Amino acid sequence: MLDVRDIHSYYGDSHVLQGISLRVGKRESVCLLGRNGAGKTTTMKSIMGYVPPRKGTILFEGRDITRLRTHEIVRMGIGYVPEDRRIFPQLTVRENLEIAARRDASGRWDMASVLELFPLLKRLLDRKGGKMSGGEQQLLAIARALIGNPAFLLLDEPCEGLAPVIVEELKRTILILKEALPFLIAEQNARFALEVSDRGYVIEKGLMKYEGTTESLRSNAEVQQRYLSV
Amino acid sequence: MTRSDSSLKPLFGWAAGLAALILLPFVINTYIILLTTEVMIMGIFALSFNLLFGYTGLLSFGHAAFFGMGGYVTAYLLSHACPSLTLAFLTGVAGASLTAIVVGYLSVKLDEIYFAILTLGFGMMFFSLAHQWRSVTGGSDGLTGLVVPRLGWGAFSVDISSPWHYYYLVVAAFLLTVWILRRITQSNFGLILVSIRENKERAAFTGINIRAYRLASFSIAGFFAGVAGGLFAVFDRMASPSMLHWTTSAQPVLMTVLGGAHTFFGPVVGSILFFFIEHIITKFTDIWMIYLGAILIPLVIFFPEGVLGTLLGLKKRKHG
Repeated sequence: MLDVRDIHSYYGDSHVLQGISLRVGKRESVCLLGRNGAGKTTTMKSIMGYVPPRKGTILFEGRDITRLRTHEIVRMGIGYVPEDRRIFPQLTVRENLEIAARRDASGRWDMASVLELFPLLKRLLDRKGGKMSGGEQQLLAIARALIGNPAFLLLDEPCEGLAPVIVEELKRTILILKEALPFLIAEQNARFALEVSDRGYVIEKGLMKYEGTTESLRSNAEVQQRYLSV
Repeated sequence: MTRSDSSLKPLFGWAAGLAALILLPFVINTYIILLTTEVMIMGIFALSFNLLFGYTGLLSFGHAAFFGMGGYVTAYLLSHACPSLTLAFLTGVAGASLTAIVVGYLSVKLDEIYFAILTLGFGMMFFSLAHQWRSVTGGSDGLTGLVVPRLGWGAFSVDISSPWHYYYLVVAAFLLTVWILRRITQSNFGLILVSIRENKERAAFTGINIRAYRLASFSIAGFFAGVAGGLFAVFDRMASPSMLHWTTSAQPVLMTVLGGAHTFFGPVVGSILFFFIEHIITKFTDIWMIYLGAILIPLVIFFPEGVLGTLLGLKKRKHG
């Protein structure tokens, strides 16, 4: 599905990704673990063409997407749920979804089916995005990515800044999504990420440190100590 | 309030506005008619600018290029024995639109101050061109001696050299512009423009081609600036380099900030206020721009969302 091969990305002069490789299979859910500033978001933004890598290639369904522009990558079928405040605050929930809907796509997701998955959003359709809670905004960000009918989803730190109760709710949603499409999820919250994925990578200072199934990552002493303790 | 009440309410507003514009000439003198005509032309100009600024988030300091292009092409044809007013006018609008597509293509890749400076540069380039290319543009004198043909064909034609007739023509153009731009801003296309204004990174992540939408917005804005420019040239019976000067580019900026960039009619309110203030002050002094500045500063401080924007905001808060 997604094949990232030895990419090097920079912010100005700083060499952020120093040769990152990762793969996500057709029916796989994969997590990308790492601390703040390890390069998780840069990896995601490199895949999305927002911080194009200077070296290396990114293949999606066998096609080279390394030099494509962001919107072209989205149209090829990669949906992206960005980190931080993730929605358009001045637009209503309905408008946030409308601008992302593809009229040309005949996929499984449209306004009705997305709202069925997120009944909470149905009640808030006319509310401004900026007037919603952090958890509601996150659900909206995921719904907005889905309504573009992606074949693959990138989730960038979906748990960031959410209360534990909301994180539980989010986990249920992501587990439902897991049945529908493959994804790559970047998280600092390793416990959460390992529970929703089949396989994982650990990134540190722009380099891949470990790679393995969720079980092997869970049982790895160093991963436990550095990412699962506290 | 029942449903039918709330859906009829805006209709009443539109009907009242239309009736006022139609009936106005019956109660006021020629001078005010001319002033109102100019307010509406500049209102079209400011509305076109605000599609770019208020909706797409691009601050252009060169919008006069398209106003001037519309004006010059229309004036050129009318001073060279063009038999049809419609043809001259539409050619002017087409010229403005084409110019906007080219300038837009080169500018919309940039953001914020870089975009503002580049558009300012293009604007001044057209100003210099009009100033220097005497054989075509008439240099600093501009294009004068416009012969304004009757509008329409044969028995169904009307002489628009009378201020009243021209007033109604401008009313029609103004209403048509308002209607089309309103449709555009309320469409999905308009929503996408707003999403680009709010956060272009996020917009790109939802699959929106930022440059293409910005260019579309820039071209539509250029089209309507051309409409305003063509109307203005016929109104003034001339096209002069001042139409292309950067101070003319600054006018829709001032009007929009004055009225409010985030409300559809803000620029129109700004245009009315602008002319009203100018009209009052020039009765006492020639250096009215200094006084305008003195009035603008407190307005911007106390009405950050513009006069209309702030008033609508207050009303909203009052009604919960």
